[in-house]
Amino acid sequence: MTSAAAPAVGEVPPDGPEWPGEPASRGRLAGPARTIGVVLARRVAAAAAVMLGAATTAFVALHLLPGDPVAIILGPSTMASPQVRAQIRTDLGLDAPIVVQFLRYLGRLLQGDLGRSYQLQQPVSALIGDQLAPTVQLALAAIAVAVVLAVVSAVATAGQRPALRAAASLWELVTVSTPPFWLGILLLTALSFRLHVFPVAGAGGFGALVLPALTLGLPVAGILGQVLREGLETALEAPFVTTARARGLSQTAVRARHALRHAAVPLVTLSGWLAGTLLGGAVIVEKVFARPGIGALTLQAVGSRDMPVVMGVVLLSALVFVLLSTVVDLLYLLIDPRLRSDRGAR
Amino acid sequence: MTALWVAPRRRGLPRLRRPPRIGLTLAVLVLLGIVAVAVAPGMFSGRSATDASSTQALSGPSGAHWFGTDQLGRDVYSRVVHGAGRSLWLGLGATALAVAGGAVLGLAAALGGRAADALLMRLADVALSLPPLLLALLAMTVLGSGALNLTLAVAISTVPGYARVVRSEALVVRRSGYVEAAVGLGLRRWLLVGRHILPNTLGPLLVVATVGFGTTLIAASGLSFLGFGAQPPAPEWGLMLSEGRNYLATAWWVGVFPGIAITVTVIAVNVVGRHAQARYTRRTSR
Repeated sequence: MTSAAAPAVGEVPPDGPEWPGEPASRGRLAGPARTIGVVLARRVAAAAAVMLGAATTAFVALHLLPGDPVAIILGPSTMASPQVRAQIRTDLGLDAPIVVQFLRYLGRLLQGDLGRSYQLQQPVSALIGDQLAPTVQLALAAIAVAVVLAVVSAVATAGQRPALRAAASLWELVTVSTPPFWLGILLLTALSFRLHVFPVAGAGGFGALVLPALTLGLPVAGILGQVLREGLETALEAPFVTTARARGLSQTAVRARHALRHAAVPLVTLSGWLAGTLLGGAVIVEKVFARPGIGALTLQAVGSRDMPVVMGVVLLSALVFVLLSTVVDLLYLLIDPRLRSDRGAR
Repeated sequence: MTALWVAPRRRGLPRLRRPPRIGLTLAVLVLLGIVAVAVAPGMFSGRSATDASSTQALSGPSGAHWFGTDQLGRDVYSRVVHGAGRSLWLGLGATALAVAGGAVLGLAAALGGRAADALLMRLADVALSLPPLLLALLAMTVLGSGALNLTLAVAISTVPGYARVVRSEALVVRRSGYVEAAVGLGLRRWLLVGRHILPNTLGPLLVVATVGFGTTLIAASGLSFLGFGAQPPAPEWGLMLSEGRNYLATAWWVGVFPGIAITVTVIAVNVVGRHAQARYTRRTSR
C-alpha cells in the first residue's frame, strides 16, 4: 500500500524491490544482493582474464627460453641417440602443433600440474608446496609488524603538532627509501652480531623470524602509515568527528573508534600491492637471512634458468594477487554500505 | 572588501603535502654531489677501486681508509666512489628505457584503436598482478645475467606502470580543444602525435619517472645484490653489499657504507620526486 506509492519525480528510489512500471534493466533499482552478484561476476571475469594472461605469458616464456627443451632436460653430458630424443619429444607432446601444446598446457594447469623442474627433476607444485610454509610465516609476521607500526604512528601523529608530523614524514621517507637488503644487513649487524639478541640465520623458532619480519615489514609500514595518516586527517575534519567530540568522547576514542575506520578503507585497496611487495621482498629477505622459502627457491631457479619453477612461482603470485583483490572488492561492499549502490560498484 | 574575506577551508583543498623547502634544497645539493662523484670519481678518490692488499684486509675505518677496507684489502671508500657511476647508470638506463617503452606502448593503446588498447591493457593487468621484482627475475631468466640484461629486465618490470600513465594522459589530451582544432585543420596523424599529444603527456610522465627512479635504483642494486648484475671485482653498490654480507660478524663497515650511499641517493631522489609530484600533477580529477 504505502510501498506502492510512486516516488516523486527526480527522487532517487531506495534500494529494494523494483518499482512497478519501471524497466527491469535499470541497474539503479537493483537490490544490494544483485549488485553484489554483478560485482562478483565482473570481478571473477577480470580475475580469470588475468590468470589466463599469466598462463599465456608462462607458456610464451617457456618457449622463448633459448635452447631445445629436450636438450635441457637431458642435460649437457648426454649420450642420447636421436631416436631417444625423438621419443622424449613425442612423450612430452613437443611435436604437436603449438596451439595444441598451449591447450594441453592450460589443461594441466587447471589440474594443478605446473610441470617438472629442469634442474631438480621434481614436480614444480611439490617443490613450491615444500617451501610455502616458511614464506607464508614470514609474510604474515611482516604484515603484523607493518599494520601495528602504521596504525600506532598514524593515530599518534595525525593532525598533531607540525614537528611531530614532520618527524613521522621523515621516518616514512627513510623507511621507503631504504633498500630492504641493506636494512636486513643493518639489523643483522646491530642486533645479531653486535648485541647477540637474535640468531644470525635459519628458520627455527620465533627469534629467527623477528629480524626478517622487521626487514620485510618496515618499508610497508612506511607506506601504510603515510596513507593511513592522510586518511585519518581527512576523516578528522568530517562532521561526524565533531558530533562524536560533542558527545563527550575523548580525542583518543574519536581517533581509534571513529576516524580510524574511515581511514582504513583506502588501506584495504593497498592489500593487493601489499601481497606483491611481500612476495618480491621475500626473495631478498630470504637471501639476506639465509632462510628457506619460495624466495630462495625462486632465486635458485633463476640462477640455473629453471623456467618451469620460475613460472610456477609467477603463476602462484598472480593467483594470490587475483584472489586477494577479488576478496578485497567484496569486503568493500560489506564494510562500506555506500558502495552497494550501483554507482559505487563501478 | 574585508567582509568578503573567507577563511580558506582545509577540507575541500587537494591534499598535496610538500616536504619543507630546506629538504628540497638539501636533496638537490646531495644529488648534484652524487652526480659529480659519478662523473668524475677520480676527483674524490685518489685510490683505485680494485687494488687489493692482503696485509690490510678488513681493517676498520681510519685516517688512511675512511670507510675501512674489504676482505681483499681494497679501500671501501674508493669502491663506493667508483661504484657511483655504475650504480646510477643502471638505474638511469632502466628508467629511461622504461619511460621510452611506456610512452610508445601508452600512445599505441590510447590512439591505436580499440583492439590494441584492449590487448595492451590486459597485458598491463597481467604484468601489474606480479611483483616488479618477480617480473624482473622472470626477464632475467629468459635473458640471462649481466649488467645490460639487468637494465633491460628492470625496465621491463616497470614499463606497464609508465604505459598506464601515458595512456590515461593521452586520452585526456586527445579530447582537449587544441587537439580537436588540430584535427579539424587536417593535421596528419603522426604530426598530431609528435607535436601535440606526446609533448603534453611528457610532463606527467617525467614526474612519475622521477618518483620511479628511486624505486628503480633499489630494484637494480637489489638484483645486483642477488648476483644477477655487475660481476666481481667491479665496484657496484648492490654487489658490494652482497660481498659485505659475508663479513658482518667481523667487519660491519663493508656492508654498511655502500648501503648508506644507495639510501642517501634514493632519499634525495624521492624528495625531489615528491616535490615535482606535488607541484606539477594535474589537479583535475582525472
